[in-house]
Amino acid sequence: MDTSHPSSEHGHPGYGTFIAVWVCLVIFTLALVGLSHLGQGAAVWGLLTLTPLKAALVFYFFMHLRYEGPLLKGVVFVALGTLLIFFALMFSDVAFR
Amino acid sequence: MNSSTTSADLGFLVDEGPRRGLMAWLTSTDHKRIGILYLWSMLAFFMVGVGVGVLMRLVQLDTFHHLVTARTYNALFTVHGVIMIFLFVVPGLPAVFGNFFLPILIGAKDVAFPRLNLASWYFYIAGAILALLSLFTGGGAPDTGWTFYAPFSLQTGTNVTLAVFAAFILGFSSMLTGINFITTIHRLRAPGMSWFRMPLFCWSLYSTSWIQILATPVLAITLILVMLERIFGIGIFDPTKGGDPLLYQHLFWIYSHPAVYIMILPAMGAISEIMPTFSRKPIFGYTAIAFSSMSIAGVGSLVWAHHMFTSGMSEFANMVFSLLTMIVAIPSAIKVFNWVSTLYKGSIDVQPPLFYALTFIFLFCIGGLTGVMQGALSINVHVHDTYFIVGHFHYVMFGGTGFAFFAALLYWFPKMFGRMYSKKLIIAAWFPLFVGFNMLYFGMLVLGMQGMPRRYFEHLPMFHAGHQVVTVGSWLLALGLVIYLVALIWAARKGPRAEGNPWGGVTLEWTLPSPPIKENFEEIPVIDHGPYEFRKGGHHG
Amino acid sequence: MVEHRDDFGSKLGMWLFLVTEILLFGGLFIAYSYMRARYPVEFHHAGAELNATLGVTNTFILLTSSLSMALGIVAMQRGQELWSRILVGCTVLLGLVFLCIKGIEWAAKFHHGLYPDSARILTLPQGERIFFGLYFSMTGLHGLHVIAGMGVLSVMLVMMLRGRIHPGQYTLLENGGLYWHLVDVIWIFLLPLFYLAA
Repeated sequence: MDTSHPSSEHGHPGYGTFIAVWVCLVIFTLALVGLSHLGQGAAVWGLLTLTPLKAALVFYFFMHLRYEGPLLKGVVFVALGTLLIFFALMFSDVAFR
Repeated sequence: MNSSTTSADLGFLVDEGPRRGLMAWLTSTDHKRIGILYLWSMLAFFMVGVGVGVLMRLVQLDTFHHLVTARTYNALFTVHGVIMIFLFVVPGLPAVFGNFFLPILIGAKDVAFPRLNLASWYFYIAGAILALLSLFTGGGAPDTGWTFYAPFSLQTGTNVTLAVFAAFILGFSSMLTGINFITTIHRLRAPGMSWFRMPLFCWSLYSTSWIQILATPVLAITLILVMLERIFGIGIFDPTKGGDPLLYQHLFWIYSHPAVYIMILPAMGAISEIMPTFSRKPIFGYTAIAFSSMSIAGVGSLVWAHHMFTSGMSEFANMVFSLLTMIVAIPSAIKVFNWVSTLYKGSIDVQPPLFYALTFIFLFCIGGLTGVMQGALSINVHVHDTYFIVGHFHYVMFGGTGFAFFAALLYWFPKMFGRMYSKKLIIAAWFPLFVGFNMLYFGMLVLGMQGMPRRYFEHLPMFHAGHQVVTVGSWLLALGLVIYLVALIWAARKGPRAEGNPWGGVTLEWTLPSPPIKENFEEIPVIDHGPYEFRKGGHHG
Repeated sequence: MVEHRDDFGSKLGMWLFLVTEILLFGGLFIAYSYMRARYPVEFHHAGAELNATLGVTNTFILLTSSLSMALGIVAMQRGQELWSRILVGCTVLLGLVFLCIKGIEWAAKFHHGLYPDSARILTLPQGERIFFGLYFSMTGLHGLHVIAGMGVLSVMLVMMLRGRIHPGQYTLLENGGLYWHLVDVIWIFLLPLFYLAA
């Protein structure tokens, strides 16, 4: 059974890719700040869309998930999915009191 | 078989490295030694917990009622819960039998991270010492119940801070074990050992490990928040500061309900190993049992608020969680059907492990069914916080996990220690165990139905006879435990040498000498068949 | 005991550990959302007390530290060990800057009498008290993780200098990087929750 992989597999991004991702992150952050000046509603929308997007960029590129196999992706989705379910079920209480 | 033997026969039990004696054990990264370290420490704490339990029962009798104050009684049930849950049942089968047998069952030489494994045991011991320290320091033993509910846990002068810190440290032991086992199962299975050729105990450890890594951190943060509240007064659980005790309950039970599945899944896994061996036929419905383990882990993470039906949640939430609670009973029931079906047309060999395993099935069914009762909102209103609940969870945690632990120990003892115990003594122990257990806990189910509240130092005269019955039951139970443990401790040192395969099992551990050598296998096996294939008409020697 | 080096297994173990961190902070986010649902106005109001400029600055600092970490790994992959060490060193330094700014923020709060159970806090509406309780708990726990991450990366640096991490074997560095990136992700969520709520 193959227990050691060469550490450098196919699909390793270079300097350019990471810098591009960083630029996106900076832009999204600025957008988020901009939205927050437009009032509560816009700020919440920003929170719900841009923030997960930024996090996804970090997971996918900086943390290399895009280039990993289904197991590691599955591990992260199970963790995040579990958290989402905890939120949802807890809100079945909070939102209906 | 005689009891004198050359040390070469005793495999990993013999010190081989540069260190000898106790130091060899305390610094060993051998998963088998770590399993045994857990075994002895857990049994020691278990007996302390039993002692506290016996004392709790004793002081309900008139003659002894004056021995403690009400405040001490509150501390007693708190300590009993903390020790039993965090030091015995949660680490339970994974720490002892998972550590010892997971690598062997999948054909590996050790777990994926052996040093992390030893660290897990040290976290366990550190947590245990801190928990015991909390009894004697600060304001004394916590009196909040093991559930540490806010706001009382924030206000009481007893040493809640240290106790919850201890539980926090214990959580690391659990999480690290979970990480280790998941990685081990993914990466170290022997050639040919596909997922569906793994023994079912491994499936149960896999699903348990996922719960350990997903749920334990939520407990960790909850305990941190309790400490921050007690020390800095941040206020999120304290209603006088705008906090909400229900938030505490949600966060606490998000861990503590899945925790009970951490307790029961490996127990069920062990039963799934014992049933085929003593029926001499493959387990009925292997795939169903494997998937039911994963389903219990999954759905079991969704039912936590059934501990909160009467606490003030919305009606909608009550209904949602009641429904989910009914659903989670289904995969457990599937397992029970499959175990019993395994016996059908089998060649039954009534040995002590099977005897105790059958007892598990009986007691677990009572526990499980009373659980379903409690999941019904209309019943819950009447029985919440009564002895009915106490009876229920002792049926599942003690009758279930406890007896499965006993059965697994009887099954794997010859392999672990290379010696055999006195079957007569073990069966003799069974009688006071079974009678005492049911007197005690069925008695509690009745008392609860009659309205006796839990965690009360006093009781009304109408409950007096019931208390006397259950207390006598506790003595019989304790007697049975003592006989069982003495028999095994004696056998571990002085029992007759056991052969490699005393039960005729067909999973990988039975191909090894008793006890195994340090690396388990001379050569990693190549697997070309399923885990429970018995030849017709005889057992593998 | 295990003869072969199993880099994937090591990475899997690290990700599983990160799962525990995600759920740890997740519990705090659950507490935050619970309380925010209960005190929407007070949370909005209390958020105005926080210095959004410092919060956003810290965000850029952590994002950049994640970049330097990722670039440090690329350098290692390409055998450019010197650059790798410099970039990892930058990551640690940026972490230090983050902590200094956080320290300044907290000090300013304390100076204005805003800390758990302070006299001033007790005069505020309950929802605002809860906001600050969560603010200090969550950014505090995050700060502890930044310190831990800096510790881990410093150890990685030492190992790089001693040649125990090198282009033929740098799984430990990747795993350390994963931890650092997660610390960044957590801050990505903390920013809008506390600083941009106003």
